[in-house]
Amino acid sequence: MEGAIKDWRNDIYKVFKELDITMVSHVPDAGHTPLINLCEKDNEIDVVTLTTEQDGVGLSCGAFAGGRKSALLMQSSGVGNCINALALPNICRIPFLTLVSMRGEWGEFVPWQVPMGLGTPKVLEAMDVKVFRTDYKEEVGSTVDAAARFAFNTNRSAAVLLSQKMIGAKQFKNG
Amino acid sequence: MIERRPFVQKILKNRQSNLRVVSGLGTSTWDLMSGGDDKANFGFIGAMGQAIPFALGLAMAQPDLRILLFTGDGDTLMSLGSIATVANHPVTNLTIVVMDNESYVETGSQPTATAGKTDIEIVAKGSGISNSYTIKNEKDYDRLIKTIYEEEGPSLVVAKCQAKATPLVFPHSFDGSVSINRFMSTLKS
Repeated sequence: MEGAIKDWRNDIYKVFKELDITMVSHVPDAGHTPLINLCEKDNEIDVVTLTTEQDGVGLSCGAFAGGRKSALLMQSSGVGNCINALALPNICRIPFLTLVSMRGEWGEFVPWQVPMGLGTPKVLEAMDVKVFRTDYKEEVGSTVDAAARFAFNTNRSAAVLLSQKMIGAKQFKNG
Repeated sequence: MIERRPFVQKILKNRQSNLRVVSGLGTSTWDLMSGGDDKANFGFIGAMGQAIPFALGLAMAQPDLRILLFTGDGDTLMSLGSIATVANHPVTNLTIVVMDNESYVETGSQPTATAGKTDIEIVAKGSGISNSYTIKNEKDYDRLIKTIYEEEGPSLVVAKCQAKATPLVFPHSFDGSVSINRFMSTLKS
């Protein structure tokens, strides 16, 4: 699109379209907002706002059982909420894809974000989720594509950690 | 109070071909399996709290089928927020039946919140599921059947039932991948 600002979320959206991912659930994060907006505008994609990230695991599995592919978008703070729910795609060998915007790592302002930020890759790996990570905008499309194909081709769980260095650390001002 | 197992079995015995049934972990799954092995059923044996979101995803993906979820008060209480998600992403083909025995029977009958002040019907109504009601008697069977097959969902029915332990009835397989693939073989993608 001429005049459109190049944004790496467009590359994720393109992967969704190419792989026929038609359901996107999320507990919102600013890092995902441009992608959520793209999905909201697309009549072929159902966007489901959750009250807790773990429900996106069950939703995604139910949708897959019914023949639809989906992705769960969340911030790293939500990963811990999903631990036991991740047993469901694991034991059923249902493909599960999540994209995680990272906090608590690169130039973080809020100390409360650090514990789960540090724990995020460990928690995912502890639950047998294949973890991909991207630090550069140029790699987002290929990394999400690889993670999605890993999930849907091998019936496994995959996560892409979108690094805070790439998203940009939010600085807070008092007052 | 409803005697849950015969009640569930009666619903299953008269099932129509467009019905797919999901159950939450524990007694709800043993109830479902007690109606006989059927590929059109999928029972959770773990992942507590995930049955409602799973049923929502399934109902969204299969709008031409009627989706019925049997689950317990314990499973429902673990993910009360999922009721709000169901209400705000409405699916017309989903009925959630909460078999509410007001206790965690499988672990020694400790009381749940519904034994105290909590009313899941009111939670559902307050969350935005207007078609929500409580049944306490087998005589409400016909009303429930109408909800399952004919009414515009999403619906949530609280079935107050006896808190007594019933024999465990195991599914065809405890391997989730076997169960889900059998279930998926009954669905058109």
